[in-house]
Amino acid sequence: MAAIFPKSSDIILKVLGAVIALGAVATIGAYTYYSYPTVIDTGYQPEQPVAYSHKLHAGQLGMNCFYCHYTAYRGAYAAIPGTEICMGCHQKVKDKSPRLELVRQSYETGEPIPWKKIHVMPDYVYFNHRAHITAGVSCVSCHGRIDQMVEVHQEKPLNMAMCLACHRDPAPNVRPAELVTQLDWVPDRDPREIGNEIIAQKHLHPPTNCSGCHR
Amino acid sequence: MSLVQIKLNNAPEPSPASPPVPATGPQYWRSLDQLADTPEFRQWVEREFPEDAAAVLDGNSRRTMLKIMAASFGLAGLAACSRPEIRLAPQARGRYDYIPGAAYNYTSAFALGGHAFGVIVQTNEGRPSKIEGNPDHPSSLGAATPLAQASVLGVYDPDRSKMVLDGGKESTWEKFEAALKGLSLGDGSGLRFLSHSVNSPTLESLRTEALKKWPTAKWVEYESIARDNERAGAMLAFGQAVNIHPQFDKAKVILSLDYDFLGADWPTPLATKLFSKNRHVNSEEDLDKLSRLYVVESQFSLTGANAEHRLRMRGGDVPQFAADLLVALGASPAGGATSGDKRAKFLAALAKDLKAAGKDALVVAGPRQPAIVHALAHQMNQTLGAAGSTITFTKASPATERVESGVDALKGLAGEMTGGQVSTLVILGGNPAYTAPADLQFGAALAKVANSIHLGAYDDETAAAAKWHLPEAHYLEAWGDAQSSDGVAAIQQPMIEPIFGGRSAIEVMAMLLDSKDRKGYDLVKNYWTSQWPATSKDNATRDNTWKKTLNDGVIAGTQAPEVRPTVDSKRIQAAPAPAASGIEVGFVPSASAWDGRFANNAWMQEIAEPITKLVWGNAALISPAMGREKGWKDGDMVALSSGSLKLEAAVMIQAGHADNAVSIALGYGRPRAGSVGSNVGFNAGLIRTSDNFWFAPGFSIAATGEKYVLGNMQEHGSMQEPQLISGRNAPTRPLVREATIEEYKKNPKTIEEKQEVPELDSVYPQLKWEGLQWGMAIDLGACTGCNACVVACQAENNIPVVGKDQVLRGREMHWIRLDRYYVGNPEDPRAVAQPVPCMQCENAPCENVCPVQATSHSPEGLNDMAYNRCVGTRYCANNCPYKVRHFNFLDWHKNFLVRRRIEPELMQMVYNPDVTVRMRGVMEKCTYCIQRIQEARIATKTDGRREFTGEGVVTACQQTCPADAITFGNINDPNSKVAKLKTQERNYAMLAELDVRPRTTYLGRLRNPNPELEAS
Repeated sequence: MAAIFPKSSDIILKVLGAVIALGAVATIGAYTYYSYPTVIDTGYQPEQPVAYSHKLHAGQLGMNCFYCHYTAYRGAYAAIPGTEICMGCHQKVKDKSPRLELVRQSYETGEPIPWKKIHVMPDYVYFNHRAHITAGVSCVSCHGRIDQMVEVHQEKPLNMAMCLACHRDPAPNVRPAELVTQLDWVPDRDPREIGNEIIAQKHLHPPTNCSGCHR
Repeated sequence: MSLVQIKLNNAPEPSPASPPVPATGPQYWRSLDQLADTPEFRQWVEREFPEDAAAVLDGNSRRTMLKIMAASFGLAGLAACSRPEIRLAPQARGRYDYIPGAAYNYTSAFALGGHAFGVIVQTNEGRPSKIEGNPDHPSSLGAATPLAQASVLGVYDPDRSKMVLDGGKESTWEKFEAALKGLSLGDGSGLRFLSHSVNSPTLESLRTEALKKWPTAKWVEYESIARDNERAGAMLAFGQAVNIHPQFDKAKVILSLDYDFLGADWPTPLATKLFSKNRHVNSEEDLDKLSRLYVVESQFSLTGANAEHRLRMRGGDVPQFAADLLVALGASPAGGATSGDKRAKFLAALAKDLKAAGKDALVVAGPRQPAIVHALAHQMNQTLGAAGSTITFTKASPATERVESGVDALKGLAGEMTGGQVSTLVILGGNPAYTAPADLQFGAALAKVANSIHLGAYDDETAAAAKWHLPEAHYLEAWGDAQSSDGVAAIQQPMIEPIFGGRSAIEVMAMLLDSKDRKGYDLVKNYWTSQWPATSKDNATRDNTWKKTLNDGVIAGTQAPEVRPTVDSKRIQAAPAPAASGIEVGFVPSASAWDGRFANNAWMQEIAEPITKLVWGNAALISPAMGREKGWKDGDMVALSSGSLKLEAAVMIQAGHADNAVSIALGYGRPRAGSVGSNVGFNAGLIRTSDNFWFAPGFSIAATGEKYVLGNMQEHGSMQEPQLISGRNAPTRPLVREATIEEYKKNPKTIEEKQEVPELDSVYPQLKWEGLQWGMAIDLGACTGCNACVVACQAENNIPVVGKDQVLRGREMHWIRLDRYYVGNPEDPRAVAQPVPCMQCENAPCENVCPVQATSHSPEGLNDMAYNRCVGTRYCANNCPYKVRHFNFLDWHKNFLVRRRIEPELMQMVYNPDVTVRMRGVMEKCTYCIQRIQEARIATKTDGRREFTGEGVVTACQQTCPADAITFGNINDPNSKVAKLKTQERNYAMLAELDVRPRTTYLGRLRNPNPELEAS
């Protein structure tokens, strides 16, 4: 009895097997790659409801970060400022600008401006701005040069590897506390040396155990 | 339990000459099953979960399970495609000093059953999430009761009444007000008010106004669990209305006549706070301060469990006992116990002891006992010279005309209602259709009232029978005030706007009176500011006083004046009625549901009753002798009947219960409680009558042949009592340890000696315990077993509720297990409570077996849990000798919500944002409140005080403990309180022989028994 399939059909099976195997590897590889925080999170830049430029305010006008994010050195969260803060200036400055329509509206009605959150920590991570700022970790260490961004995007991966790298070796990221909001600060000597002095002076021991950040 | 087994295997065979297990069985036992060593109990000890408690999902077949899984995989894939957008909504206009994410605390007041105490409520983003006691309030002193702590869950209860109902149909407040205007109340001859015990001065002033406006109206106060007998007893003894304040901290010998003052009979933490003051033995002098407690009661109460000597008798027999005791106290010096039965012996020894203590003695009578017993107690205190020393009195507000209280007043009202004399009935809070005695037929009577108005938090039994139902605001949603029994008043501040549009009793009264002020804030503030003397005409002074009052949580100068009434012995002539024969049914307040008003509180339903350890329901408690005689086991259904009254309930054999008596907790079996509490347990109210309000004699009891599964946790977490390890003929090493004062004086090491720490080397590298090291000491001598810590932990750490079916499988999630052990004869045992949180072992057996290092040690000696790292192998729980790890078999939070068909938004609001909400498949356990440690560390280090030495960290359980039994801190600091406690000779580690080196240690319990009675 003749074979139903010719011998050459074995090749098809082999090729098919290879394709499936390669495909599986590629899928898993791609999934892993694209779900990695450095890839999926870095660069996230949603469109905000108000075209607010950090480059203008923090960069060119030189406003201190704490002018608006005034809870950063007082609480766990560097809260997004209320409309009140915007209107402190914009009642006088650019008070007719159509781009500020939503801000004026929000001030009138009390409805919050629906900003979009960019830097997101998972629920099981408890990051405290106050602790880091008083220790002398600058905004720039995690958020990048916000003062050069027109629209803010996520610069750093903000993953656990990043946290741990700094917690294990904090010296390069520690500076005098009064300089934390000076994003363009250039140390006059080795930053590690400055960092180590402050670490010794303030008795900083960044935790590397689980409960340091997870509760 | 692998560690134990390895060591046991290494141990040499015990020689037959010295049997390792005493022939009499365990000294400390959890249940009658353990005494009998049944296979069921062995399973709870030897396994993590019993074999038959295998995972079976109710109502979900394997097929639907697969469908759900497939669907969720599909969704998971979709969800990963794009990053979900998160909105940030800052307050457009708000307070500049407001810090998002920070917790803010406000004072308020919690009132229950005519008592009240000050609380401090923690709010996060405007949501109340945790209740603590107010240290400045004299009835709290910083502690909070389990019910007060759990009351915060009620704010977010989705079953709460959401709208005004007119004859069961949806209506509005405006329509109600319009209907109110249409009522012609005239002089109020057909107008009646019904409320709880009024201890709100603002409501009282509105009541006065109302009774003036309607000169023939009447007001009835009714509490299902009331202090009426106490008041009547004082009236009988002294001829004047006084409030009674036992000073348990000043008494050396205390007798409780059926008074569970450490438990459900006293709804503030004060009694436990005062009582436990003399239970801390930290020095030689403290040994002499240790008080001695005698309890005479029917059911085994929490107070009975803490007694040195307990005499069990039916509640109806207590009056005769009190009368006999009074005679014995007056008689010439008794020669001690010479002959007779246990009662006679007890009575003689007690009388001798009380007389010896003189003015340091204290006799208190419970609210269930009739007035005569209270009067007899007053007489005894006066005879002993204790009145004014260990018991003080304050002036009570005199009776007001046309205001009646108690069950007789309610009976009168029900009669009027049935007779058609009541045209308008205003029910201000409460649920009389459920709580009223069965013979009043209150629901039917209510239907006869043309205009019945019910203000209540739930659409409950009373709402169903009333014409109008008005949603009542939760006490954390409305302004009010509350007075404790010593007169001290506190403002009840709201934390949140009424979520369901409810209003408070004072607001409804203001509406009825058509007052100018309608808002609770104005009513309360105007009332109090008008009370304050205008030192100057300046309103600012009053405003400042108001602000200070809100800040302090106590209204200065409201303490009632102390009085020294004397007992007129002529008044106490009536001999106590002899107790009727036959089986007596006793009604007790439920520690979880109270009179039923907390029945829909899931936290409370899943907190085990302190002695029976029952959850999700009650049972008819009977004595072991009765159980043997009838051949009944736990869960057998019986019918209790007397005349037309009948109740079917499941029995539970309660060690130490009085014979020929049945006790059953009130507050269960409610037909309309809500999705949590409806039809949970048995409704004892069905056989409660106004004549036999607390004790109903002459019942017959018969098995129905049916079976019921009781939710009993008493065997959960049973640990193996260590046997011989080294082969030495060591004494047994019980898990809980006690000594009498005599034993302790003779050999202070008696507790410590019971422990054998083997000199073993761990194969794992040892950490160096330097710097800050956390540790805890739990004083078993002070702990009463009241459950306050368990609820505090539940609220603080977002611990889910699992439901009765899951509890039966051993899956309850509480991070503190409150173990209760009996000691001695099952007919009449003593009991000891032992809270068991995670021990934070230095040689933690759980850490070694975790394949993903989700649990590992912190440099400060904590056994950290990283929930996000856990993959759910459950090896750690298997290897935990203390059985304190709990696994999320299901997504409990969601499971609970889905079963109740509700959206999660509301229930989520109660969560503590500082603690991760754990998901399915994750192990969890006590972390020594790591969030509080970290908050304190950050606060210290950022305040410029650079070095964090551990000061100011208080765990949730420690903070609320009314007995101050829990101490936490840095054990490396020799000056810290915890380090000092741990150097005491009473200090011991549970299961020390496993060499796990727990950081939580116990201070053994010291007892002060009467040598005359102890010998027997």
